[in-house]
Amino acid sequence: MTREPMTLSLSKDTVLVEKEQDVVFLKNRVKEVAVKIKMGLVNQTRLLTAASELVRNMMRYANGGKCHVEVVSSGRINGVRLTFIDRGPGIPDIAAAMRDGFSTGKSLGLGLPGTKRLVNEFDIKSKVGEGTTVTILKWANG
Amino acid sequence: MKNQLADEGLREDLISNDELRSQSEELVNSLVGNLSSENFSNIDSEEWSPVIEILGGIAITRARQGFSPRETGNFIFSLKEALLDVLQQELAGNLQALFTESLKINRIMDNLSVITFETFIKGREEVILRQTDEIAEISTPVIRIWNGILALPIIGTLDSARTQIVMENLLQEIVETGSSIAILDISGVPAVDSLVAQHLIKTVSATRLMGAECIISGIRPEIAQTVVHLGIDLSNIITKASLASALAHAFKVMRLEVRKVATVQK
Amino acid sequence: MDKIPILRMGSYLLVTIQVDLYDRLALNLEADLVQMVQKTSAKGVLIDISAVSIVDSFMGRIIGNIAGMCKILDSETVVVGMQPAVAITLIELGLPLKGVHTALDVEKGMALLKSMIDEDRYDDDDDDEGADDIILK
Repeated sequence: MTREPMTLSLSKDTVLVEKEQDVVFLKNRVKEVAVKIKMGLVNQTRLLTAASELVRNMMRYANGGKCHVEVVSSGRINGVRLTFIDRGPGIPDIAAAMRDGFSTGKSLGLGLPGTKRLVNEFDIKSKVGEGTTVTILKWANG
Repeated sequence: MKNQLADEGLREDLISNDELRSQSEELVNSLVGNLSSENFSNIDSEEWSPVIEILGGIAITRARQGFSPRETGNFIFSLKEALLDVLQQELAGNLQALFTESLKINRIMDNLSVITFETFIKGREEVILRQTDEIAEISTPVIRIWNGILALPIIGTLDSARTQIVMENLLQEIVETGSSIAILDISGVPAVDSLVAQHLIKTVSATRLMGAECIISGIRPEIAQTVVHLGIDLSNIITKASLASALAHAFKVMRLEVRKVATVQK
Repeated sequence: MDKIPILRMGSYLLVTIQVDLYDRLALNLEADLVQMVQKTSAKGVLIDISAVSIVDSFMGRIIGNIAGMCKILDSETVVVGMQPAVAITLIELGLPLKGVHTALDVEKGMALLKSMIDEDRYDDDDDDEGADDIILK
């Protein structure tokens, strides 16, 4: 019997991201969900910026993928969990990708480490040749 | 045996008032109503959840009302004793059965008391969290000390949650008042370590991005010492020893002058 | 295709971004703006982002790029009206937009641009005087 603060999924839907319009749709969906759980404006901005970074990675390196948008609850507070799943080339060295200033593309290399700083929970799994899954969680007041 | 449990509320009544009676009754009713011999020893089964819910409700209410843990614990333990009493009367002839049943009751009541304590502590934590929020809210006033100059005296430890509130309030106020200079006074901050310094730098950087200047004032000599000893680089930030000198700097930037008025002859 | 209008006001260019930028729109803006600066030999560029609710690392980079490119073309860039939430997010993202001037609103931004350009001129005068001095000696 676990009575630890566990996270409970309250609702879940999936958005396919294949073209640029889908990105806009995804952002609107995330915003909608964040507003619904009364997330503060600054946290909304953090979450949306994080989502923006991750969805760009997905478009650029994996030609798209899908994103689960979930409302989760730890009992006391609610949050939004986003899971980005792609079937792209995968990341060979996650530790390096998580360092500030590291980039294989021509970017600032802030995407992943910066995203991690914006959210409460961040998890990345990747297998070369199979794809990458990034999960982020932002609490309404965290 | 189970039907008789309904009477156990009486024992509790002796201790206190009507509210307590209704609490106990609710608990015992739910306990009796949801119990069956199959789920009796399995606290995770679904029939238990209403009981646990009621218990949780009681524990949280008591935490808020300021009951001591001992009092809350006794509430549950008294129920256990009452149950054991009933058991003893019922199974007086059969020692073997009495032992097995008591063991079961013991186990279940222990589980319930653990749950009660967990919820009790959670209730207390909620109280603490709410107070923390309140303290954070009231202790970060943004003061408009001049047209275009804001001051924010920080009193108490600056942790990351506090920094968020300070930063959000300050930036919001900057937008609302159109102030181009903000003074963050840290006279009331007991210590500055590298983490606090990082928070300060973050606030200053965010202010700059918005197009305003942020000055940090009220740096006590001890703080200057620790900052240098820790090797924290504050060279990109305008720092002043006192709020007065920060204000003087702000006036200079805004090309304002404070002058003594020449005595008017009557 | 959508385009963000660039307004010319004397020797300044004014850009008001009223929509949330997506990547292609931002890239177009960068190209258009740099061309416009060159064509009009504008002395300053003012970008109003008060209506923008999200600036991620890509947009941040575009803003930095615009400032850098304009600087090479001898034009100053001021970004005005950044939302508090955006500012906080950018800092946490690790993007302090070094080298970009900022101001609270269009009015203050204009004043800042003017003062920067005036200073430039003043500096030039200084240099001239300096040169005179050398000749005199």
